[in-house]
Amino acid sequence: MHVLCCGGTGCQASASAQIVKNFETILAEKGLQDEVQVIKTGCFGFCEKGPIVKIMPDNTFYVQVKPEDVEKIVNEHIIKGRKVTDLLYLDPENQEHVADSKHMGFYRKQLRIALRNCGFVNPEDIDECISRGGYEGLGKCLTEMTPQQVIDEVTKSGLRGRGGAGFPTGVKWGLCAKNKCDEMYVICNADEGDPGAFMDRSIMEGDPHSIVEAMAICGYAIGATHGLVYIRAEYPLAIHRLQIAIAQAREYGLLGEDILGTGFNFDIELRYGAGAFVCGEETALIHSMEGKRGEPTFKPPFPAVAGYNMKPSNVNNVETFANIPIIITKGADWFQSIGSEKSKGTKVFALAGQINNVGLIEVPMGTTLRDIIYEIGGGIKGGRQFKAVQTGGPSGGCLTAKHLDTQIDYDSLVAAGSMMGSGGMVVMDETSCMVAIAKFYLEFTCEESCGKCSPCRIGNKRMLEILTKITEGNGTMEDLQELRNLAAVIKDAALCGLGQTSPNPVLSTLDNFWDEYVEHVVDKKCRAGVCKKLMNYEIDKEKCIGCGKCAKNCPGEAISKTDYIAEGHKLPSMWIDTTKCIKCGACIAGCKFGAISVK
Amino acid sequence: MATIKLSESKINFIKDVCKSFGNKGGEVINVLHKVQGEFGYLPKEVQEVVALELNIPVSRVYGIVSFYSFFTMTPKGEHPISVCLGTACYVRGAEKVLDEIKRQLGINVGEVTPDGKFSLTVLRCVGACGLAPVIEVGDKVYGRMTPDRVKDVLAEYK
Repeated sequence: MHVLCCGGTGCQASASAQIVKNFETILAEKGLQDEVQVIKTGCFGFCEKGPIVKIMPDNTFYVQVKPEDVEKIVNEHIIKGRKVTDLLYLDPENQEHVADSKHMGFYRKQLRIALRNCGFVNPEDIDECISRGGYEGLGKCLTEMTPQQVIDEVTKSGLRGRGGAGFPTGVKWGLCAKNKCDEMYVICNADEGDPGAFMDRSIMEGDPHSIVEAMAICGYAIGATHGLVYIRAEYPLAIHRLQIAIAQAREYGLLGEDILGTGFNFDIELRYGAGAFVCGEETALIHSMEGKRGEPTFKPPFPAVAGYNMKPSNVNNVETFANIPIIITKGADWFQSIGSEKSKGTKVFALAGQINNVGLIEVPMGTTLRDIIYEIGGGIKGGRQFKAVQTGGPSGGCLTAKHLDTQIDYDSLVAAGSMMGSGGMVVMDETSCMVAIAKFYLEFTCEESCGKCSPCRIGNKRMLEILTKITEGNGTMEDLQELRNLAAVIKDAALCGLGQTSPNPVLSTLDNFWDEYVEHVVDKKCRAGVCKKLMNYEIDKEKCIGCGKCAKNCPGEAISKTDYIAEGHKLPSMWIDTTKCIKCGACIAGCKFGAISVK
Repeated sequence: MATIKLSESKINFIKDVCKSFGNKGGEVINVLHKVQGEFGYLPKEVQEVVALELNIPVSRVYGIVSFYSFFTMTPKGEHPISVCLGTACYVRGAEKVLDEIKRQLGINVGEVTPDGKFSLTVLRCVGACGLAPVIEVGDKVYGRMTPDRVKDVLAEYK
């Protein structure tokens, strides 16, 4: 029997480490420590309901487990074989408890390829990984295939780069392999900087061996002997697990010299990022690894010709690599049979925002946004109205209800005005202001712009100023045109991918939420109630009992007594001086009588 | 160049770190990671020693420290607070939580309280989007934050 506890970041934040500890102590007390193994796995994906505990082999899925629930699980389930019903997932549709994750709406439409091992293996144990087929792909490549055959297989599979741009992976390998050189590099881009995205992190934490294996396969295919992982310093758990995986692989002779006795040498080193979004761009990433500022340079020369230390280098993203071993073992034809016409396989998304089932999901390409949001995501939180879904992070755009039946693949998302991006998917409801969202992304880009080229450095700053003006109620209709003009220039003239795509959030909200921009500019209104400067706080003098709590709470001394006493009340009602009001909301929070409202 | 005012033991620590990376200029980012891990921040005196030891201009060290957001030149408080402003937290009201923390501590982002207890930074995504909005105090993550909960969380550290 196995107890699998989620050790992903979300569940760890809600005491999953304590749950593991409790399991170990209680099982030891009962003398069951040899029969029942407690394993800390990677992310199960269903973060909304974390911490998650799964009991194998009967596949029972417990949700929102608290450390004090452990005793009950051991006594009831493990000893007596009875499921603990109140810890099972409650289907919101029919109010029935579901024990097997296969029957949950969240998992039903998912297909897990890149995440195949996440939540199933102990990521810190290479034996478990091998028992689930790990390193089989590497063995097959080294003993049965020539490097060219490996490249052909990956090309044939139709796998495209999962970092966002979607360049065919096999073609990229082929280009690099052509530039034979005594020193070549395989680089794994694990600098996941998109705010609201945690796909790569979950893969590295849940299944680090698949990355190690895939990099070795890539090394064999292109003729490289060095592998480098560029990983964010902000991901300590992922770093720790990769280090363990690399050490174990070395110990088993799956990394190092003469791998599996075939004469192939390959080893992997980690390099740490230091918090710069632009370092996700491959040339910037390479400069950062060389110990320089992470500024991008013009392509060509592409890294395939002159990359790390000016040597031919192949850069792929974590999720791309995670697909490689299984493509080799199951074959390109199998992989090709999944997905849409031009985008093969699956895509992992970090589903977040105002949605019921926040979590990490993997779906076949071609799944519609509607399926993801309503079937897997379980709809909008609090039964509110769906407003927009943002994909592609700061480089992508906001899609609306009319795009809900768009099939997710690289090309249709671009056609709809957004992009695939690395996999962030943030759902918004009517409480989100789209102008403020555009401003939010632009603030991010301005902060993260490396400053090398002026369209990005200065252009985005000007766009941010205009957006700030609009959210403060000082915008004009000319400003909206100016936003479009600036966006066009930045898209054309910026040096790298970050700059060229940075106006997308603004452009897509202008296209899809034009009315909201006009409301901000002409009516000086923010319908979502987000833009503070456009809001006015008012006290209903009939409801106010004159207790004065609001005046005490007000940090700006904007509230004072009037001489009006409402019928049935003893004290005069209060009044807000809007010229002094800083719109902090402290008065509303303190009013028990619902007398204060925002207009 | 200004005179370096660091204790001998600190200078020796930096020298040892630089040595462990072969005193190579290309390793400057790794060196800075190690040094910041020990001292908590990278004041200019530290940068000068690193530059000397790696035989690169101080301007290049400063260029790197100021470029990467992970490196900081201001010391952290005893309990560093980071508010996640990733998209998922943002749409679930992280800004209101941040405003409340600022109000209660009386400091802005990037500052330290006068008693050195708390410092406040923002970051983009800790990867716990299921718990949004999220703040971190030291290594501890607090999920599903609301402005009302700020007072209780801060009280744990007072």
